[in-house]
Amino acid sequence: MSEEAGNDALRTDPRTFAVRAIAMLGQLVLPIIVGAFAILDKGDLGDLLLYFVPLVLVAGGGNLLFAYLRWTRLTYTVGDTDIRVESGVLSRAARSVPYERIQDVSLEQKPLPRLFGLVEVRFETGAGGGDDLSLAYLRESEGERLRELVRSRREGPGASAAPTGEDELAQANTAHLLYAMSPRRVVTFGLFEFSLVVVAVAAGVAQQFDFLLPFEIWDWRGWRDISDWRAWGDQLSGPGAWLAGLGIHAQVLGALIAALALLLIGVASGVVRTVLREWGFRLERTDKGLRRRRGLLTRTDLVMPTHRIQALRVRTGMVRRLFGFHALKAVSLASDSGSANHDAVPFGRMNEIARVVSETGFALPDESSDWHRGAPAHRIDAFLLGLAAMLVLSGIALALGHWKLAIVPTILGGGAIAFDQFLTWHWTRHALDRDRLYTGRGWLAPSMTIAARHKLQSVELVQHPLARLRGYADVRFGLAGGNLRLRGLSVAEAERVRAAVLDSMAANDFSQIGEATPTGC
Amino acid sequence: MDAADDLTPLDPAYKTLLRVQLAIAALILLAAATIAEVAIPGWTGVVWLPALAVAAYALIRVPLRRYHARGYSLAGERLRVARGVIFRSDTVVPFGRVQHIDVGQGPLERVFHLATLTVHTAGTHNASVALPGLSHGDAVAMREEIRAAIRRDTR
Repeated sequence: MSEEAGNDALRTDPRTFAVRAIAMLGQLVLPIIVGAFAILDKGDLGDLLLYFVPLVLVAGGGNLLFAYLRWTRLTYTVGDTDIRVESGVLSRAARSVPYERIQDVSLEQKPLPRLFGLVEVRFETGAGGGDDLSLAYLRESEGERLRELVRSRREGPGASAAPTGEDELAQANTAHLLYAMSPRRVVTFGLFEFSLVVVAVAAGVAQQFDFLLPFEIWDWRGWRDISDWRAWGDQLSGPGAWLAGLGIHAQVLGALIAALALLLIGVASGVVRTVLREWGFRLERTDKGLRRRRGLLTRTDLVMPTHRIQALRVRTGMVRRLFGFHALKAVSLASDSGSANHDAVPFGRMNEIARVVSETGFALPDESSDWHRGAPAHRIDAFLLGLAAMLVLSGIALALGHWKLAIVPTILGGGAIAFDQFLTWHWTRHALDRDRLYTGRGWLAPSMTIAARHKLQSVELVQHPLARLRGYADVRFGLAGGNLRLRGLSVAEAERVRAAVLDSMAANDFSQIGEATPTGC
Repeated sequence: MDAADDLTPLDPAYKTLLRVQLAIAALILLAAATIAEVAIPGWTGVVWLPALAVAAYALIRVPLRRYHARGYSLAGERLRVARGVIFRSDTVVPFGRVQHIDVGQGPLERVFHLATLTVHTAGTHNASVALPGLSHGDAVAMREEIRAAIRRDTR
């Protein structure tokens, strides 16, 4: 190992080796069982001793040896300017991450390491592609120490405190609880996390068990003549005959029960997933930024530095909106990698969200906000294009001689498109204030993005041929870690927004941007 | 959003470069048309003539239109790039947001002493903005100008 003198090369906690070995053995169970079946299938006890036991010993021993080697060959060095990790048994890799480039440090505890009191420390750089630096596993105290260290080094010599970060420095060390989810809230959240995918999968699995039915349910020939009760009776002959004898009401009831069962599976899986993920959710204001802890079996502990937040998104769902629940998410460069989930308030009331928003230095729009909508021409064009498609459908129906069917696309489809486009126009709007750009969109499940004007990276005006003819344009912003666009603004309004945003981008001191972006020169 | 307003046009050699690029495409098209012509019995020229018309349009008109649709400006410490004949886009990147700068030259660009300037930003959208059709000297000068602005900003 070629660590430099002065800084000690440290190893991860020795128990890492135990955790890894157990995890690896867990993965080996299935192959061992398969192997056991293959060997024992036609063998006797002698074969068992001759082949199977040595196989298990070699596989298990090899794993232990490899886990041990990996543990001895992984070292990390906490330097003055960077963290270096050297790893690899056969091929060696050394990675160095400068402190300034670390977006945030998250601690994750999966169930097994948690038993041992170990954490996985992940340094998020926003490099994307899952190429973040992570150390597994360290003692909890060591994880905390590293996090503190990264934080203090980042703000140490050379790195002047960011202007937007001053409020967090002014704050005392005390953690200040911003938002927490009670068990009841978590379960309520889970009820809204109903997943159709799970229902579909459950239905598919249920289909696999049709062999348990005493009749051929998918044999369509038997069902061909539904009205012929005798044929049905034949199909359900034998043990299934009583089903036919139950009468139509009982059969409908049965179908309902089946649907309810699937629905219940969907709801229950949503609750379970949500409880596992969100249990004990706590969002705190610390001197380092927003600190979030959550998880029932796998605990995660994430700190989002406030000044790294590029934008906030407030979202909701079609149904949960009726109950007044919204979600708040932070957009930062670390969210580029996709591994990090930056939900700040996954499920909360608007006043709870407002409290968190104000702590991040952003603000929700108020009555004084000067909202602007897109150009009506944009929505009219969208409607006309949709209508044209519907007319084509009607034309096809007419050509085939179904004049009644021809009415449906034009009248109903056209009406629905007009309705949708009008509401979309009404709810898609944007506002500028001194520091921020607000955009809202969607009418069924409205979402809003609050972006810091000075943290945007570029502005682009885009026009397709129709837009040029009709005088509107899209504005797309370069946002670190997310997408932000305004659709169908009138050209004058698009240019006004662009000029305003560019002015606030230029007015801003670059050092702050350098602080806000990981790769700032 | 007009291309004309105070934008610097690209190097005139860019028209020739576009023409050469399109000529290569036109040759492929004409080769395909020739094969089709031989394969399809009937009047001579039923495929050839339309293909020839398309090729002529591509060689005479398209480079000019593209050239005139493109432009850039460095005014006010911002790089502005306008492009697109049918789908127009107009991108502005303040110098302060530039993360790094590339000056690239393809084999054809080398022949015409042209270069492509690419600036990279931290944004997810428009992570890199490319400006082709600059004379190599201009591209290097622009790179230096942007770099100087960044260095001054960083202090």
